[in-house]
Amino acid sequence: MTDEIQAAVAAAFQDEWGQVVATLIKLTGDWDLAEECTQDAFAVAVDRWRRDGVPRRPGAWLTTTARRRATDRLRRDAVGAAKLRLLAASARGDPSAELANDEVDSDEYGDHRLELIFTCCHPTIPFEGRVALTLRTLTGLSTAEIARAFLVSESTMAQRLVRAKRRIREAGLPYVVPPAADLPERTAAVLGVLYLVFNEGYGATSGADLVRRELSAEAIRLARLVVHLMPGEPECLGLLALMLLHDARRTTRVDRTGMLVPLDEQRRADWDAAKIDEGVHLLDTALKLGRPGPYQVQAAISACHATAADVTDTDWSQIAVLYERLATLAPSPVVELNRAVAVAMADGIPAGLELVEALERDGALAGYHLLPATHADLLRRANRPAEAATYYRRALDLVGTEAERRYLQRRLAEVTAPSP
Amino acid sequence: MRFVLLMCDDDASWPTPEEIAADPEHQSWSAQMRSRRILVDGGQLRPSTEATTVRVRGDETLVSDGPFIETKDLIGGFAVIECPDLDTAIEVAASHPVARSAVVEIRPFWET
Repeated sequence: MTDEIQAAVAAAFQDEWGQVVATLIKLTGDWDLAEECTQDAFAVAVDRWRRDGVPRRPGAWLTTTARRRATDRLRRDAVGAAKLRLLAASARGDPSAELANDEVDSDEYGDHRLELIFTCCHPTIPFEGRVALTLRTLTGLSTAEIARAFLVSESTMAQRLVRAKRRIREAGLPYVVPPAADLPERTAAVLGVLYLVFNEGYGATSGADLVRRELSAEAIRLARLVVHLMPGEPECLGLLALMLLHDARRTTRVDRTGMLVPLDEQRRADWDAAKIDEGVHLLDTALKLGRPGPYQVQAAISACHATAADVTDTDWSQIAVLYERLATLAPSPVVELNRAVAVAMADGIPAGLELVEALERDGALAGYHLLPATHADLLRRANRPAEAATYYRRALDLVGTEAERRYLQRRLAEVTAPSP
Repeated sequence: MRFVLLMCDDDASWPTPEEIAADPEHQSWSAQMRSRRILVDGGQLRPSTEATTVRVRGDETLVSDGPFIETKDLIGGFAVIECPDLDTAIEVAASHPVARSAVVEIRPFWET
């Protein structure tokens, strides 16, 4: 029985937290108060649901409880008068009385999560603050959990949240969905935050990084939410598709010893077919809307890999074309580097090497370990082991994660081993 | 909310009041913001070479010529605007001709 209630509260936390916070901010205009009262409402729920059973509509019950808690607190607070007037508009019932199991103040609080997402990801908030605030207010991750996931101290993360909220309060940021004219740019800002959260989790590989891996799951949940709230936005669909297609390969990217497994050696039978199907389906839906964008193109590239039987079966010319497309939509030397790999597979290694050498001359990727690593891989495959070794060593000087370091060391050993 | 827009640029690039009066872009911005009841007040400042800096230390009033801030970008003009939120203030600032060649800083007033 107790476990059942705990499970119900946990499920409500996952499903309702963001919505309750979003509504409370809408009603009070006070981000801290909204967060604290939502937290209180969940604490009350644990006891009350155990005694009275789970309410018919947990979300409305939690919102009403949080709203009444806010009213109560503002009454005791001298400066709360103005906010109290805001709240009064939606008031019904005595805020200090205990809430009956089927009692709610309003049948329709509305869904204000879109306002919340756009405000959290407002371009005038520092990027780190956007990421932290989105996770804290929309998913309910605690400050400590977010701090652990981003490998910073709890006080650093708390500071980031405080600054972001102060910015919203003092700089005059509106709590609205942006007008149509600003929507593409502002949506891109939201998607940028979600993709960073996903990648933070996806890049984490070792067992100790478990908390970080949770970030990918949270990012997928948030992307689903954004798709649900803006169903006609192809880039939202594209990003969710991209995340699912990447995530489908997650378990095969690293072997049991924590060694990075390159794409051509991954066990494709272990890829998550359901996620691939869903990703491909979402991508199709997005492409039918006829407004391509960088996330849709990246998802298309990922889909080429995910649906190929093996590396030789992969449509590398199609991938090279998609990278060229991506380079026009979102020009970046990293995209050029990826294109070089696809070109090497489609048109032969010399064509790929030419592009990589151009990037080295250009210098924009100096310090990025994947440039010498890619160069080395191409030279190794061109049977030029001595030159490959030079570039593997250069990549090793720059590499960040342990799994990648071990992969490069393995390759270096291969090209420097005396031939049998 | 009330914001001040600070027009920041290199001293040397500021147009004269006559040039601004004759510039259709500046004029249309002011007219538009007045008709939208956003523009509260505004003005153009003489160059920083004509600035005077005052500070009182103990009982002594110290006066010096020149600006307090030694940077390339100085405040050449300002506009006080009244609008609902930062997004509107950004839209208003972005439509000001100075935003295209220099920088407009948006600062909210303390609400009292």
